[in-house]
Amino acid sequence: MKRFTHNRDKAVNAVKRFRCAEVVELVTAYLEDALDEPARLGMEQHLACCRECDRRLDQFRAVIGVLGALPSEDGLRGDVRDRLMSAFRDRRHRRP
Amino acid sequence: MIVALAGGTLPPDDVVVAALRTGDEAAFAALLDAWSRGMLRLARAYVSTDDSAQEVVQDAWLAVVEGIDGFEGRSSLKTWVHRILINTAKKRGVRENRAIPWSSAFERRGEPSDGSSRPSRSPGEDGVPPGPWKDFSALWPTPEDEALASEVRGQIATALAGLPDRQRIVITLRDVEGCTSEEVCEILDISAANQRVLLHRARAWVRGRIEVYFETVGRPA
Ligand SMILES: [Zn+2]
Repeated sequence: MKRFTHNRDKAVNAVKRFRCAEVVELVTAYLEDALDEPARLGMEQHLACCRECDRRLDQFRAVIGVLGALPSEDGLRGDVRDRLMSAFRDRRHRRP
Repeated sequence: MIVALAGGTLPPDDVVVAALRTGDEAAFAALLDAWSRGMLRLARAYVSTDDSAQEVVQDAWLAVVEGIDGFEGRSSLKTWVHRILINTAKKRGVRENRAIPWSSAFERRGEPSDGSSRPSRSPGEDGVPPGPWKDFSALWPTPEDEALASEVRGQIATALAGLPDRQRIVITLRDVEGCTSEEVCEILDISAANQRVLLHRARAWVRGRIEVYFETVGRPA
């Protein structure tokens, strides 16, 4: 029956089924919102029923959060900063 | 005149560029203070010492001072400055025999070398930022005392140090310095797909190292 086939195809296309190993590889693409609609839905469906993958996703988020809050390195050395400021001043004098 | 700098946000590019062209020293100083730390961290991925990184960043800023009149605004100012930095760092890295072949960035070069043998460095005694640690403690033991938080930061620093250069550069730009994926692609001249692969491998590696760390310390001795 034509209509049945059509509906079944649509259902197959609408959501991709993923295995855990595939989900692991797609975490960053998922967080970047770089997945197409079927893949994103499949991902969300898997995450909803797989504790392991859901936890790993949260761990990725947690690591990203801590990376963004790492204490910053020492800044420019004083002498370097002074040299740059005076180079900037000189430039203005050369090109008024 | 650059005024609105409270909170570390810079005015729009056209305002900053106009100020630099007219020789506004406060504008230049603000830019130096806003971007130099991130630039140093990035430069450090290409050269072998902190002093070399200082020189690379210095030379990059000198090139910016010389080139600002020619800036055409085809990319953001931040991207333009960082591209100058990368080019300066690459030249320096070549002299130091630390060339990084971006053209072959798609090659699988295996997982990062094991960084776990490196001694962990204590990253200092800053206060615990509450935001990220809140998410963190839902998954791993709560870094409630500063000693553990500092230990975790040390583990993350060690994990970053154990990454192949290109992965470390991408994760540093994206997750540590907070650049967008578009900015990173432009700065490094790589495709979005390539950027994502490098970023993903780097994040997976760091996550894995933290997992291993907590498995080790979580077990009673
Ligand atoms: Zn799963």
